[in-house]
Amino acid sequence: MTMQQVVKVTVNGVSYERNVEVRLTLADFLRVELGLTGTHVGCEHGVCGACTVLMNGRSVRSCLMLAVQADGAEIMTVEGLADDGRLHPIQQAFMEEHGLQCGFCTPGFLMAVYELLGSNPDPSDEEIRESLGGQICRCTGYQSIMRSVKSAAAKLAGARV
Amino acid sequence: MKAPVFEYAAPQSVEEALSLLGACQGESKIIAGGQSLMPLLNMRLARPDLLVDIGRIAGLDYIRDADGGLAIGAMTRQSDIERSALVAQRQPMLAAGTRFIAHPQIRNRGTIGGSISHADPAAVYPALAVALDMQIEVAGPAGHRSVDAADFFITYLTTALEPDEILVELRLPGFPPRAGWSFKEVSRRHGDFALAGVAATMEVDSSGVCSFARIVLFGVAAVPLRVEAAEQLLLGSKVEQSLFEEAGAMTSDTLDEPLSDIHASADYRRHLAGVLTRRALAEAAGRAA
Repeated sequence: MTMQQVVKVTVNGVSYERNVEVRLTLADFLRVELGLTGTHVGCEHGVCGACTVLMNGRSVRSCLMLAVQADGAEIMTVEGLADDGRLHPIQQAFMEEHGLQCGFCTPGFLMAVYELLGSNPDPSDEEIRESLGGQICRCTGYQSIMRSVKSAAAKLAGARV
Repeated sequence: MKAPVFEYAAPQSVEEALSLLGACQGESKIIAGGQSLMPLLNMRLARPDLLVDIGRIAGLDYIRDADGGLAIGAMTRQSDIERSALVAQRQPMLAAGTRFIAHPQIRNRGTIGGSISHADPAAVYPALAVALDMQIEVAGPAGHRSVDAADFFITYLTTALEPDEILVELRLPGFPPRAGWSFKEVSRRHGDFALAGVAATMEVDSSGVCSFARIVLFGVAAVPLRVEAAEQLLLGSKVEQSLFEEAGAMTSDTLDEPLSDIHASADYRRHLAGVLTRRALAEAAGRAA
């Protein structure tokens, strides 16, 4: 039993080790301990989706996990999308199709879309809505986000040919 | 908000977890997927002295054949149940109902054992546990015991689990091949907890007469609620729309005091329970071979 524990994780390909309080969420671990502030903390109870990251390839709410639960895991955050300053096709599509306005929810959307298009390269409107139903955006009204996801799917399909 | 201070342990085995729970002097809490417990911790509605993380225990995450039915480990993620070909084949309503649980990002972490132990009155899995006759396998200091789902849910967020016990496995019979099923709910937004919901199963014999019916409501009472009066009405009757309407009306009538809160009044929940039951029975009958 402990109140403090060492957490070792790989985030966007980089290994980190920190001794943290066990009550620290993964979201706060990423932001405060690692300085990766791209992951946003909105509601802190799993409703808004802004803090979504990938853990071992699956999208998770980083506010609904303790950092100690991620010990040994591979994490990918929004900072892991761009390649040497070049936007990821999903990011490019969100920019071109106005898939964001204030941008607070965007890191969560991008990671959820990343998981979706990884397993389903050509999703239907229904499948996009289902996979993004847990991401809340208060600016766009979602129509431009739908267009962004379809554009991203087309970009990624083009890149594969 | 941020979670309160607590002690944390991540045991490697069920035995180790049980001894940690047994030795805890204050309040202990098990964390599985954490998708209900983490919000409670973050909002400081739960303030355990000790958090026992069963996520590091090997061998609690599986979906297996068991005598033509299923054995599902407590730590099995909801998204794995949703995608399992074996679940889809053996228990199609379990697969279908899983898609009503929150959102993919929650289902990637949330577990079947955690959901059933948490026993939210509006949650999907407790209702399916009762509807599908799950056996709930529990490990405790005195060994294993098996609890019928019908006896497991006591009241809001309260089950037959003792503080020093751990839910380790769910056992389900196979779904009868000729039976039909239907799972329906009404929620404010897709992915929200249900204001009211129903899980129904039905068998219909070759002459079109109902030979088995099960109706379980959720979101309307403190625990999943079987509507035995309506089940009795269906048994031995010819399945047709007027019968479903009668069963739906009877379902509404049997609800003395449905939940009433800021999301929905008791009257509205009573109304929904009747409408959903009528629709679910029609769908289940249509699916019954």
